[in-house]
Amino acid sequence: MTARSIAMTIDQVAVRFGGLVAISDMSFTVGEGEIVSLIGPNGAGKTTAFNVMTGFLTPSAGHVTYQGTTLTGLKPHEIADLGLIRTFQRTSVFPNDTVYDNLLIGLHRQGRVRLLDAILGLPGARASERRLRQRASELLEWVGLERRAHDAAGSLSYGEQRLVGVALALAAEPSMLLLDEPVSGMNASETHRFVELIRGIRDRGITILLVEHDMPMVMTVSDRIVVLNYGRIIAEGTPDVIRNDPAVIEAYLGHGAGRA
Amino acid sequence: MRAIITILAVITLASVPLWLRDPYLLNALITTGIFVIGAMSLNLLLGFTGQLSLGHIAFFGIGAYVSALTSLGFDIGLPGDVRLVHAPWPPIIGFVLAILIAGLCGYFVGLLSFRVRGAYFVIVTISFAEVVRLVALNWVELTQGPLALTNIPSIALPLPGFGELTLRTKMQNYYLVLVVALIAYLLIARLVHSHFGRAMRGLMENETLAVSVGIDVTRTLTIAAVISAAIAGAAGSLYAHYIRIIDPEVFAFINTVTMVIMVISGGKGSLAGPVIGGLIFGLLPVALRPVMAPEAQWIAYGGVLIAILFVLPRGIVPSLAQRLTRQRSGTTALAPVALPETGAKEPA
Repeated sequence: MTARSIAMTIDQVAVRFGGLVAISDMSFTVGEGEIVSLIGPNGAGKTTAFNVMTGFLTPSAGHVTYQGTTLTGLKPHEIADLGLIRTFQRTSVFPNDTVYDNLLIGLHRQGRVRLLDAILGLPGARASERRLRQRASELLEWVGLERRAHDAAGSLSYGEQRLVGVALALAAEPSMLLLDEPVSGMNASETHRFVELIRGIRDRGITILLVEHDMPMVMTVSDRIVVLNYGRIIAEGTPDVIRNDPAVIEAYLGHGAGRA
Repeated sequence: MRAIITILAVITLASVPLWLRDPYLLNALITTGIFVIGAMSLNLLLGFTGQLSLGHIAFFGIGAYVSALTSLGFDIGLPGDVRLVHAPWPPIIGFVLAILIAGLCGYFVGLLSFRVRGAYFVIVTISFAEVVRLVALNWVELTQGPLALTNIPSIALPLPGFGELTLRTKMQNYYLVLVVALIAYLLIARLVHSHFGRAMRGLMENETLAVSVGIDVTRTLTIAAVISAAIAGAAGSLYAHYIRIIDPEVFAFINTVTMVIMVISGGKGSLAGPVIGGLIFGLLPVALRPVMAPEAQWIAYGGVLIAILFVLPRGIVPSLAQRLTRQRSGTTALAPVALPETGAKEPA
């Protein structure tokens, strides 16, 4: 693990909403190409941490660095431009567009052509459009939604919408992907397929930070786990270390997990 | 199918002056056409970004005044005994300036209000239109105030080698408006089908998600506002040179409302919607004139709008299109799904 270069550093980040402390003094790193999970009970500050990393929230103290760039003060779309892309906890798609058009919107970063070129339909803009359509079809196939290409995204099942969300994030060509509870609402076989998908994403060289409640899934897929409770990190390590950490068992896993 | 309808519609519209000789009806069609252009520009904001501009007539009026003043010339005093004198320029230059300056105003209004959006944008646009109206009313030296700018010259098209063609007849003006309307339609169509249009749609449907995949909200909305305002300015210029007299009443709130009604009834977010809605509400006064006083007509408009939205809640064009696809998909539900357009690779 030590040989990896560091992709993201979270350095003494704190978030306070008035008197409420959502995160107090959080520091950890994520290595390039690593799958790291952030776990903890509800309200532990996991989603808040995501919001800080992707510029939706400004931390009260500390800062996040991604590939050498300090993210403080950057807008979400600027952070997305660095290749740091997130998914959302609740289902988040463009509901009235087809799945295929959803991906085309997600491909925004790849499709930037000059406005005038697009309006005049110049060859460069057309070639770019062809590339995007090609890429959207590939992504659909890759997440296994090609049969749903022309259905409105809002009409899909919960699990399928989550896949659309991931495909959308992948369309934005991330170098690091933040997944916020991606398998909540999925059944066992969907979850199993999703784990394969995450490994596939990592094999493409994309770093992954995962927030998830599904413990068996987290234990299977993670290289390293960071445990949050009441806004502070209480443990950090490989799945085996975490499984046997007394503080974690106390706070989160419950006493049954140690025997399981 | 869609292409055939479009071509038929264009041929029909182009043939109108050949069989319609009644100058009153032709005049109604020209002014309706000008308002349809305005409605299309409003639809670009309201239908494709979800931002309601309730001061849209300001850009239209600015276009009208800029174009009129450029072609009439003016002589105004500035602070410090400076006089700004502008000799009349050809109206076609006024037309171009109208587009540029209206677009510039769209840029500033967008920049001011899109940081907060929603209700703020509505309020900023209403106030902007009111401020512009008061300026037009009170800066008498420049605008003649309520006395109106009169004798605005008709547009003259420079024809290389033949001098120029002054558009005086109704037929000529009809074709001018038709051509500008077609260009505006094509421009908006290209725009909303480009990656830029997808960014606008993404922002309207789910802003948080759109931002997370790298779409810049302020930039996207501001560009939409600029193009929308510029098209409205072009319509205003056509109006000034066709009617040949403008006064501050052009900025009246009711004119914005008329455009909003045209967009909503025809169907916001559809390209043909404002055209259909615009034709209905532009020509309704002609149809009602023999039977109703102008004041009573407003009641009838309200009734027609309610009737349309009751039967076709999303507006005429989207609702009919939806019914059509539903009927068709009833017969082809089991057909294999093919990926669309431009030779995209079929998944195995």
